[in-house]
Amino acid sequence: MRMGQTGNKLYVSSSPHAHGGISSSRIMWTVSAVLVPAAGWSVYLFGLSALMVILSTVIFCAVFEALSQAMARKPVSIRDGSAVLTGLILALTLPPGLPVWICGVGAFVAIVVAKAVFGGLGQNPFNPAMTGRVFLLIAFPGPLTRWLVPSGTGETLFDHPVSAYDASGSLVELGANNIDAVTAATPLGLLAENGAHAVAALENSTEIFIGQINGSLGETSGLLLLLGGVFLLARKIISWHIPISFLGSVALFAAITNMIDPDHFAGITFHLFTGGVMIGAWFMATDYVTSPMFPGGKIAFGIGCGVLTMVIRLWAGYPEGVSFAVLLMNATVPIIDRYTRPKKFGWKRLAAAKGGE
Amino acid sequence: MKTSTFEGGIHPRYNKDRSSGEEIRPLPAPAQIVIPLSQHIGAPAKACVKKGDDVLMGQTVGEPGGFVSCPVHSSVSGTVLSVEPRPGAMGAPVESVVIENDYADRLAPMEGIGADWESASADKIKDAISAAGLVGMGGAAFPTHVKLSPPSDKPIDTLILNGAECEPYLTADHRLMVEHSDRIVIGMKIAAVALGASNLIVAVEQNKPDAVDTMRKATQGESAQVMPLAVKYPQGAEKQTIDACLRRQVPSGGLPMDVGVVVLNVGTAAAIAAAVIDGRPPLERVVTVTGAAVSRPSNLLVRIGTPIRAAIDECGGDLKRTGKLIMGGPMMGFSQFSVEPPVTKGTSGILLLEHKEIDSREPDPCIRCGRCIRVCPMKLVPTDIAAAAMKGTPDQISAADVMDCMECGSCAHECPSRIPLVQQIRLGKAAVNAALQGKG
Repeated sequence: MRMGQTGNKLYVSSSPHAHGGISSSRIMWTVSAVLVPAAGWSVYLFGLSALMVILSTVIFCAVFEALSQAMARKPVSIRDGSAVLTGLILALTLPPGLPVWICGVGAFVAIVVAKAVFGGLGQNPFNPAMTGRVFLLIAFPGPLTRWLVPSGTGETLFDHPVSAYDASGSLVELGANNIDAVTAATPLGLLAENGAHAVAALENSTEIFIGQINGSLGETSGLLLLLGGVFLLARKIISWHIPISFLGSVALFAAITNMIDPDHFAGITFHLFTGGVMIGAWFMATDYVTSPMFPGGKIAFGIGCGVLTMVIRLWAGYPEGVSFAVLLMNATVPIIDRYTRPKKFGWKRLAAAKGGE
Repeated sequence: MKTSTFEGGIHPRYNKDRSSGEEIRPLPAPAQIVIPLSQHIGAPAKACVKKGDDVLMGQTVGEPGGFVSCPVHSSVSGTVLSVEPRPGAMGAPVESVVIENDYADRLAPMEGIGADWESASADKIKDAISAAGLVGMGGAAFPTHVKLSPPSDKPIDTLILNGAECEPYLTADHRLMVEHSDRIVIGMKIAAVALGASNLIVAVEQNKPDAVDTMRKATQGESAQVMPLAVKYPQGAEKQTIDACLRRQVPSGGLPMDVGVVVLNVGTAAAIAAAVIDGRPPLERVVTVTGAAVSRPSNLLVRIGTPIRAAIDECGGDLKRTGKLIMGGPMMGFSQFSVEPPVTKGTSGILLLEHKEIDSREPDPCIRCGRCIRVCPMKLVPTDIAAAAMKGTPDQISAADVMDCMECGSCAHECPSRIPLVQQIRLGKAAVNAALQGKG
């Protein structure tokens, strides 16, 4: 880019000489900032047990990024926010109370295994945070599915009663004196175990919408994630194609299955606002590096994510499938890009000329 | 106002307010002028004067070097000092005729077709335009007589006058439309006769409502139609203007004449009027001198061949504060090493950016955000072209559609990683052209 400077300090370079001002780091920090309310909500619900998970994944991710860049003799770029964002997203996919060392293993897999070895930012085929989470889920199935029930006291920052579901699926009002270490199945766990009647009370309830349920840190507040996603959309940081096709296909899938057998399959709101669908559709599937570049491809990718999520939720061994769905669809990105490339301006004569010759 | 536009494009900071209200004023001719023999796309002109020759204002000092070429003329009267390479606007030295001004402005005899051009034949009009050495004044500087001579199997139905002026900062075309709309309309009618075109359109970005008004008044009673276009860069790019006005897409590798259209810049139209009616070649042009380091942003009427230093001094340009000196606009203009290059027929602006406006940071890796794809007005994939240009063979670079790129700079303007996409694409074009020449 630098072609030379003259004695009177005139800078000479190729056009254009103007730039719009957007930077990769501003994008990363904006997305990170947009996730802060949802992360804050998880701290409000789960207290220190959530805060520790967030801090440890973010710090471990930043440290592993710096170390791997130093080893590769590249400039250390943790200030660009990309590792912090990976850490934050990873934290939001993990259960509160997860031991710090397991968070560290997840951060290592996300930053080093899924990203640095492929060449760093922009080169990784799979979403780093998703890779980290799925590794942990397979390697540490116990700790990864031990769900704390949102608590009103103890380590939480506010004294506030919430309702939750115990292991038998009945609604319990958690009073101000409940202890923190109560665990219970997530709504999706209940659905997978016991069918739609077990979560019937949750259907259309404000608890799942606002996020007074148990689950991973970022699975709780569908509302805050939805608002954050819409903000990114309004700022044109993401386009509508992936989130809308993802959410739309989940909703359609849920509507059809629920219509066929309402006893067995839960409805639209339940599937949209539980588990990782909201954070997945707005923040994970939209990761630039690991999603398609063209509008048509983005829609195909979003539909793929939505359908795979629902297939895993309804028929596979795991109660939740968002991270598997996103990772599987990541693998299809090169081929999706290849077949969804838009036609260039003025392509018509080319076709006509070939036909005429 | 109902507006038309194209797909893609960007909204850069326009910065036109600083000079858009400034009336065009003449810059006094300098003591020495430098007339480059190549001010156009095509073969350079051949010098037909030598050191010591007395030349008149308007006299031909360089004969065309081929059909796609143009004569060049002296913009002052005086004595030829030398014919030698001088710094040009594109960085490389250009063979130029250097003339000492005698400040007498002794005019060379000029013979135009006169006011009855309406009864003149198309060939006579084209000959007058060719003799005057007219080129597109929007910046690309393609010889106008070539544009007006499409082969007979490509009939032209529409002539579009391009007053979009979508480059940020520049207001030369804007002022010309406000102040000299009558000349522009006469030039348009002459060009329409030469082309046999019946559909006449004046395309103006709607951020110039005063220009839309004056052009509407000037075209009253004529068959021409003024079309306000949406404010978006690069609205004034030929293919995008045609798409916006007529919904016709010039085919890849083709020219506007392939869809029955010729596009002329409004400045070129005004120059056509002078060349055909008075036989007067373009001896001066309107140049916007602007930027943060200029204290009196202006639209100057500058003699062709005036070193840009004179225009910069006239407008209070502070070279100490200048980090980047650009001939043309910020999107497609050329940054300069010095203040020596002369104003040519294609110079629309002189832009002085301050040091703090210069971004010399190293680029970050591509994060595949797709902004470049979203904004590319040619609907290309700039990252793919740039990647091929950096790592691929000439065949791979060609396959990435490198030749469809017009280097408008929209992609690089939006790139959050500040990847110099246009520069890489230019390198790719050079590699492809070198390979083609190697094959013979």
